[in-house]
Amino acid sequence: MSAQTETAVKVQPAEPLFSKKNRKLLVDPLDSNNPITVQVLGICSALAVTVQMKPALVMALGVTFVASFSSLFISLLRNTIPVRVRIIVQLAVVASWVVIVDQFLKAYVYDVSKQLSVFVGLIITNCIIMGRLEAFALGNKPWPSFLDGVGNGLGYGLILILVSFFRELLGSGSVFGIKILGTDSLTGLPYQGNGLMMLPAGACIVIGLLIWAQRARNGYYEDH
Amino acid sequence: MDLISLGVRSIFIDNMIFAYFLGMCSYLAVSKKVSTALGLGLAVTFVLTLTVPLNWLIVNYLLKPGALQWISPALAQVDLSFLSFIVFIAVIASFVQLVEMVVEKFTPALYSALGIFLPLIAVNCSILGAALFMQGRSYSFVESAVYGFSSGIGWLLAIVALAAIREKMRYSNVPKPLRGLGITFILVGLMSLGFLSFMGITL
Repeated sequence: MSAQTETAVKVQPAEPLFSKKNRKLLVDPLDSNNPITVQVLGICSALAVTVQMKPALVMALGVTFVASFSSLFISLLRNTIPVRVRIIVQLAVVASWVVIVDQFLKAYVYDVSKQLSVFVGLIITNCIIMGRLEAFALGNKPWPSFLDGVGNGLGYGLILILVSFFRELLGSGSVFGIKILGTDSLTGLPYQGNGLMMLPAGACIVIGLLIWAQRARNGYYEDH
Repeated sequence: MDLISLGVRSIFIDNMIFAYFLGMCSYLAVSKKVSTALGLGLAVTFVLTLTVPLNWLIVNYLLKPGALQWISPALAQVDLSFLSFIVFIAVIASFVQLVEMVVEKFTPALYSALGIFLPLIAVNCSILGAALFMQGRSYSFVESAVYGFSSGIGWLLAIVALAAIREKMRYSNVPKPLRGLGITFILVGLMSLGFLSFMGITL
């Protein structure tokens, strides 16, 4: 079946690698179609790993890597996967990439890997990856799917970096572990961290406010 | 007594939603009405109660370093723990599919009530999260069953509470861009602060 369809495909004039359509795939998820604030995917890890910027950055890179390569592979396999077992096939492909990321982190950045604990494993069930595989990679060619994965990974990473920036700055007065808010010049007291930002609840509130700001700017409303 | 305190702990203090934010996607998406929230909560509890002990068996008899010793002493050195992600997710996905078929066959009424939620559960991070926590905290078999059940109850409690608040919130005047997702996030944050008060309980 697949061999026939592949040979039957006519040779089309080659599309440039970064045509307008492909650029859109890459850029859209950064703002107007952001996986976290608009598609509501991949919330769990966005809330849990954003206390400090370093683990957030590592997590963003890991998700981008897994999202882009699983999209690529599922897209390559899309004509051979039977519809009924596609979820299990997708999970198997995603899980293999996650194992690679996990082993890599354990080998090279062990302290970050300890900090992220179960959340590296939970990339498997990160809805961004499954959602994009279902919505895009199953019906599109490998290269656009790869770009879609990269774009969504970066869109996710952007929100992660923003949220962790505010949480680390207000919570412990530093950015990437470097003290920014030092001694108060007026009173001479050291910066008192905001405890709310260190709690998971702080992440929820920061994301809520980010969504508010983004929607006010883009003029996108939903009713209740 | 230890089991009761583990249960209370995982329902209130280590709540899947308010302490770890696991299973947030479906938590936010399916919490518009109390009745559907209750259905999904029950399904999650059911799957958690069964998959956590199931994965416990797999970890302790197949994956742990030296776990294969019961087959032959020659396998005592084998460590398959790097496979745990793939095995866990395969167990969960196939178990959910199995449950779906069994429920469809024997209790069509329950199936039509849960129908759409069952497949969603395979990718609910709280299920895989519970399996990974179980592995990390080295529970015993009974403890893992209690842990699975009570985390499910904690999740159920959280989603029903949020759905009830969102039903009431329909009548309040929220600023337009904040409506929907934005205010829900802030709400979850405040609820999570409320649940922090349980931290004072010493068990």
